Amino acid sequence: MTEFYRQYLAVAVFVLAAFLMVGAMLGVARLLRPKVPQDEKYITYESGSDPLPLFGQMNVRYYIYALLFVIFDVEAVFIFPWAVNVEGLGWFGLVEMSAFVAVLLLGLAYVWRKGLLRWA
Amino acid sequence: MIAENVVFGIIAAAMALGAIGVVRTKNVVHAALYLVVVLAGGAAQFILLGQEFVAWVQVLVYIGAVIVLFLFGIMLTRAPMHPKDSLDNDLRWPAAVTSLFLVGILVGLLVHTFHADKVDVQRPVRTADVTSSIFTTYIVPFEVVGVLLLGALIGAVVLARKD
Amino acid sequence: MSHLLALDPLLRGSVTWSVFVVVVIKVAVAFVILLVSVMLYIWAMRKVIADMQNRIGPNRAGPYGVLQTLADGIKLFFKEQSIPNSADRPVFRLAPYLSIMPAFLMFCVVPIGGTVSILGHQTFLQVVDLPMGALFILAMSGLGVYGVMLAGWSSGSKYPLLGSVRASAQLLSYEAAFGLAILGVLIQAGTLSTHEIVAQQSWTNAWSFVSHWFWLKTFVAFVIFLVAATAETNHPPFDLVEAEQELVGGFNTEYTGIRFAIFYLAEFMNVITMSAIAVTLFLGGPSGPGLGFLARDNVLNVWVMPVVWFVVKVLALLFATVWVRASLPRMRYDRLMSLGWKWLIEIAILWVLVTATVQVAIVEDWNRLVAASIAVGAAVAAYGVLYASMPKSGEQIEEFR
Repeated sequence: MTEFYRQYLAVAVFVLAAFLMVGAMLGVARLLRPKVPQDEKYITYESGSDPLPLFGQMNVRYYIYALLFVIFDVEAVFIFPWAVNVEGLGWFGLVEMSAFVAVLLLGLAYVWRKGLLRWA
Repeated sequence: MIAENVVFGIIAAAMALGAIGVVRTKNVVHAALYLVVVLAGGAAQFILLGQEFVAWVQVLVYIGAVIVLFLFGIMLTRAPMHPKDSLDNDLRWPAAVTSLFLVGILVGLLVHTFHADKVDVQRPVRTADVTSSIFTTYIVPFEVVGVLLLGALIGAVVLARKD
Repeated sequence: MSHLLALDPLLRGSVTWSVFVVVVIKVAVAFVILLVSVMLYIWAMRKVIADMQNRIGPNRAGPYGVLQTLADGIKLFFKEQSIPNSADRPVFRLAPYLSIMPAFLMFCVVPIGGTVSILGHQTFLQVVDLPMGALFILAMSGLGVYGVMLAGWSSGSKYPLLGSVRASAQLLSYEAAFGLAILGVLIQAGTLSTHEIVAQQSWTNAWSFVSHWFWLKTFVAFVIFLVAATAETNHPPFDLVEAEQELVGGFNTEYTGIRFAIFYLAEFMNVITMSAIAVTLFLGGPSGPGLGFLARDNVLNVWVMPVVWFVVKVLALLFATVWVRASLPRMRYDRLMSLGWKWLIEIAILWVLVTATVQVAIVEDWNRLVAASIAVGAAVAAYGVLYASMPKSGEQIEEFR
């Protein structure tokens, strides 16, 4: 177990180093840069004209894509352990996995058939 | 063993703070980000138990997909970026009582089920162990998960229909 | 410890201070490699594209303008920061960190050389060899969406929000294809550790680059991986994130000075890390012929040659990315999504099943050619049925909000 933890300690050192580096860049810049406040600097950029209020809803298709992604992510997670042991599981594993994948492809086909993958 | 316990304590404290942040903040996006802290802490605890696969699945599915889905939902419904205090309501005390009650039930259940059992972490769990348990003990749940995911997808499509 | 065959010998046994020093050295070297290579990559990209377009390109700062990126970076340190009044300040400040972390972290499982000895410790030339490195890569590339999404949302401005929502949808779509393409390698390799994956692609004879490296055995997955990785890094022709004609600057429109520099750094660092991962998974990582006239354990063969081969392969891929950037126009959003969801994902899944069938057929002693042709036939038929039953371009379909 100790060896296993040490690997993740190395990852933790890496994460810490990355945070420190970005933090140091921002910190150094804070010391170097000027600060000349002016009201106009703090309005959002809309190609020069005065900003209008944020507008209405986003297309629902974005949400469907995100949901499809969740589903395929879960699917990938289940395929991973099977993929590294395909030989060991033989035909049984292959048939089970094909059934699992077929069900999810059916879902993708349904969304596709309903026209949600078409960007109208 | 002491080092493990110290690390567990630190991560658990971070998770608890994150969980408080989820319910305390007035901004939905901030709440989602605090939830990321809690879930990442969960992943770290799994690594502490040698369950590397579960840990990365937690990052991949929960942090990388489910929270992103939440954020998409928030952006689609145009949640206010600078919410007013008036969005809050005064049900804090009932909420506190309910959550204490839930904590009691959960702790009771855990103690009742496991008594003084200890998690025996001898070696990290390998992918092969995960594979064999999916394809032997949990083969039926595994196929049912596929159907469940299909159901979720069809439900979302039906909700998105214009009528 | 026999149960952890792939474990880095550095971390076995008792820990002394020198082990810790070696870990810190490896982390520091990885950082230096990434930062310097980003600097050189941006310069080389500008120079090569300039050549392709009959221009001169950067030629003022340093010899051949090689210090141009450094000069640009230093300039950005001195630029004033402005955070819009409508922004969500904490998230606005957090987003640059989130965008650069995955690019850094993914690199820590990439083996850049063989097994060497530092300060008397045998160790792999990679920051850490996680037993589930491939899953780690996928998880980290999934986190890349946070930087883009939160930067756009927290700006409280129209164009960044629009840009970030559509960019995150793009990243998610191709993330799915990316994961399924990695599966193609895993079926061949039978392990999740990047060190093991590279070890299986080692150089044994002059034809190893076709027989051992995975790019040919998993050719379809390799192509899908390259396309998906290009889209994951927002690299042209998939750079919808910063379609300046439509979105000003995309998700980072409101960012100025050093924070903008960090986004810029993250973008190119992602390209480099993804190339390194493509080399690791498909092109044999550091494997390549050693110098025949020297002994196998000569310092040149142990230390230098693997690193040289790794660098050569990464440079080849990076040159290809620049070439693509100079040649291809940006894709239209609807086509981008169609490509991801109607082609790449289905083909990647079917490819996984086909290669798995062949693997199983070999193990169970079936005729592999028959099994392969049946599997390919079934996959093509499945995709054909799927495609034929879908609505055609003028067909009336249901309306959605």
